[in-house]
Amino acid sequence: MSGDAFKFRFRMRVITDGAVTILALLATLLVVAPLVAIFSYLVFKGASSLNLAFFTQMPKPPGEVGGGMANAILGSAILLAVASVIGVPLGIGGGIYLAEFGRGTKLANAVRFTADVLNGVPSIVMGLAIYSLIVVPQKHFSALSGGVALGIMMIPTVCRTSEEMLLMVPYAVREAAMGIGVPNWRSVLSITVRTASPGIITGCMLAFARVAGETAPLIFTALGNQFWSASLNQPIAALPLQIYVYAISPYDDWHRLAWGGALVLIALIVLAVSLVRYVTSRGVLKGAS
Amino acid sequence: MPEIHISQPQVQHNPVSAENPPASAAEAAHISEVRRFLLSRGNSVIVDRIFHWLMALCALSLFGIVALIAWRLVVSSHLTWSKFGLGFFYRSFTDPDTQQTMYWDPVNGLFSALPFLYGTLVSSILALLMAVPLAIGLAIFLTEMCPRALRGPLAFITELLAAIPSVIYGLWAVFVLVPIMRAHVNPLLIHALGWTGLLNDQNPTGLGFLTAGVILAIMILPIISSLTREVMTAVPQSQREAVLALGATRWEMVRMGVLRNARIGIVGSIMLGLGRALGETMAVTMVIGNTPEITRSLLANGSSMASVIANEFTEAVGDLHVSALIEIALALFVVTIIVNALARLLVWVVTRGEPSQAH
Amino acid sequence: MGVGIEVISLNAWYGANHTLQDINLHIPANHATALIGPSGCGKSTFVRCLNRMHETNPVARVTGTVRIGDLDIYNDAKPVEIRRRVGMVFQRPNPFPTMSIYDNVASGLKLNGYTNKRVLDEIVERSLVNSALWDEVKDDLKKKSGASLSGGQQQRLCIARALAVDPEVLLMDEPASALDPISTAKIEDLIFQLKSQYTIVIVTHNMQQAARVAETTGFFLNGRLVEFDSTHKIFTNPSDKRTEDYITGRFG
Repeated sequence: MSGDAFKFRFRMRVITDGAVTILALLATLLVVAPLVAIFSYLVFKGASSLNLAFFTQMPKPPGEVGGGMANAILGSAILLAVASVIGVPLGIGGGIYLAEFGRGTKLANAVRFTADVLNGVPSIVMGLAIYSLIVVPQKHFSALSGGVALGIMMIPTVCRTSEEMLLMVPYAVREAAMGIGVPNWRSVLSITVRTASPGIITGCMLAFARVAGETAPLIFTALGNQFWSASLNQPIAALPLQIYVYAISPYDDWHRLAWGGALVLIALIVLAVSLVRYVTSRGVLKGAS
Repeated sequence: MPEIHISQPQVQHNPVSAENPPASAAEAAHISEVRRFLLSRGNSVIVDRIFHWLMALCALSLFGIVALIAWRLVVSSHLTWSKFGLGFFYRSFTDPDTQQTMYWDPVNGLFSALPFLYGTLVSSILALLMAVPLAIGLAIFLTEMCPRALRGPLAFITELLAAIPSVIYGLWAVFVLVPIMRAHVNPLLIHALGWTGLLNDQNPTGLGFLTAGVILAIMILPIISSLTREVMTAVPQSQREAVLALGATRWEMVRMGVLRNARIGIVGSIMLGLGRALGETMAVTMVIGNTPEITRSLLANGSSMASVIANEFTEAVGDLHVSALIEIALALFVVTIIVNALARLLVWVVTRGEPSQAH
Repeated sequence: MGVGIEVISLNAWYGANHTLQDINLHIPANHATALIGPSGCGKSTFVRCLNRMHETNPVARVTGTVRIGDLDIYNDAKPVEIRRRVGMVFQRPNPFPTMSIYDNVASGLKLNGYTNKRVLDEIVERSLVNSALWDEVKDDLKKKSGASLSGGQQQRLCIARALAVDPEVLLMDEPASALDPISTAKIEDLIFQLKSQYTIVIVTHNMQQAARVAETTGFFLNGRLVEFDSTHKIFTNPSDKRTEDYITGRFG
């Protein structure tokens, strides 16, 4: 009697276990298959749209065939340069503070927490704040304001990854630097940071690739520009902005350009993500432990 | 008693004296030159202090940024705040001509954020409903069942997908997802579930809340699953073994040994996903339809907080319109800060302050 | 040339732990002095007080006087200045992993802003010769990184790095404990040759090592200096019962 009940319960448990395993597998397939599909679709569509003209020519007026996104590529490069000038030093500096000076302090925890929370603030909100801070007083849209918005968005990521990478540098290396009487600032910059530099650089790359695709904060800062412009003081074109505009336009040839632009951005991201994986899987520091 | 034999070898040769001529005049000069040089260097106390403060300043800039955003948004939304007060977020207006309920009329200067709150909420909830079970299933598979060889590539793909820009998801949605929804999914849903009243479509474009929810689900899936994976990995192996030792099956082990211990962190990762969904802009703007209305049907066009800003800001008519959009951004800022802060706290509780890998 | 070290009522704490209690001793110039004792007895803390490394830990605290030559290191100078005059070799070899062999040796000078390349070349060569590493590495000084050497070579590289700044005192905190016997023998030979030019303080848990390299030996127990005398005296006829117990292996 009770033996049968026990057997039955046991069988139910085994069946449940099998069912859950299948469900988890199914979930994985359900997630991975479409994601792989999206990715390959993007690559396929993008690759068939890319050609030399894409990188060298200006956009053509609506309806005309051909043309490229040279101005948007230049614009993105300029925006990202401005962003890096702001985001990289501030981010690395913050990371150095967290890893070298603020270990275990309340202030450092608060900074760390703020960085993580800031990472979750929608980019469009960041864009509006910069609009109100720079565009309104200047009375016109500009590449500068777009770059500042992107730069600020880089800081949390750069800061946190730099900290993580610096923490991987063994204490013995810091001790060695102290032991030969090198001033602290010098030992931090020339020894600790230099030892962690492969990791820090890839962290910057990741932040860079991430903001390279940001569109929302540029809508009301850099605005976009159909013409060739490299001035920091003028509205400027940007790859993700152009993708947005072209995607919602009714012209086939503009759609083609949007796919091409998307592929360029994705290539940048694949590169950054693989670099990060490569560096972290190597334990970041060759021979440093 | 003394067991240690003292036998110090005689100095065989001193390399300094053997290979280099000992203390030649030039060498002695160099020694003292080096020594003199090092003695002449200051103790760099001041430079070190400046460096310390400079780095602290970089770290403090993060507080500055948050304060700056809050300050600019509060100042710039002053106009709507003084005109509508808190009512901005819940009131509705009646159109004097048609007697219909309306919320958003830039031309006549009437603004209420209600339809956007609604749109954001509906699309985010739909996204969570779709993403959470899949994300947790994926995380369980990756941590507990997956062959080691597959783990790396799968994690890599999730990481990659978390990094793809919103606008590219939007592009894909416009050209692939929307047609599929229009041609296949929506008619099927209307046919099967139309009786609930939640799935009517007067205007079969394939855009709308549901499509926005689907694309959001795809976008937050990698975030939720990678964080869930992280908190599940943080559960000590001994917990699993303890449950297994009682004769549990694998699922019972996962349920009692892993999920129970990681549940706070999993809730945290879901909230992080929610935070991302609430603020997601470009992809949603491209598929939600952009009409400031509250409709019961999930297939109808709508608008979210982020999408209305992206869509209308550059063409805003007048200061009040601008101010209204900025106040929506302010609300979005406050909500995402709260959601993210709670989420981070929950995840930190589980991973005990170890810095998280997913952002 | 080395200088003597005078320690007067030195006390050190590590958090609430009173790790060194009222240490008084005189370490002679141009000699090797060994510090022995069971682990946790305070001998490592003691050498770390001699170049102010102990206080780099936020919970650590030091009182008392240490004079190196005629410099009162806790009152007359800043840690950076002292560490330029007092070289230190650590328990585990810790070369700078991203630097070449050459840069490792030159780091103490280069990172302090010294630029004369000709002199640097000479100093690097001399330091490597003095640390008995020159013949093994002279062909790829700038090609190989410090981390690519074997453990024993790395430790000799660290000694060269310490010697390059021409210190007056060389502190060694169990420099051979992480090395194989052959490398250990090399390091011991090295100490033997260097002690005519530098004041060397070596911490070791290996009594034979102390006996082989040092003229003077101090025995630490539970944070106190039990006995400090010539090595010969300590190992043949210690005046304290506890020293005798330790030497003969009755504890520790």
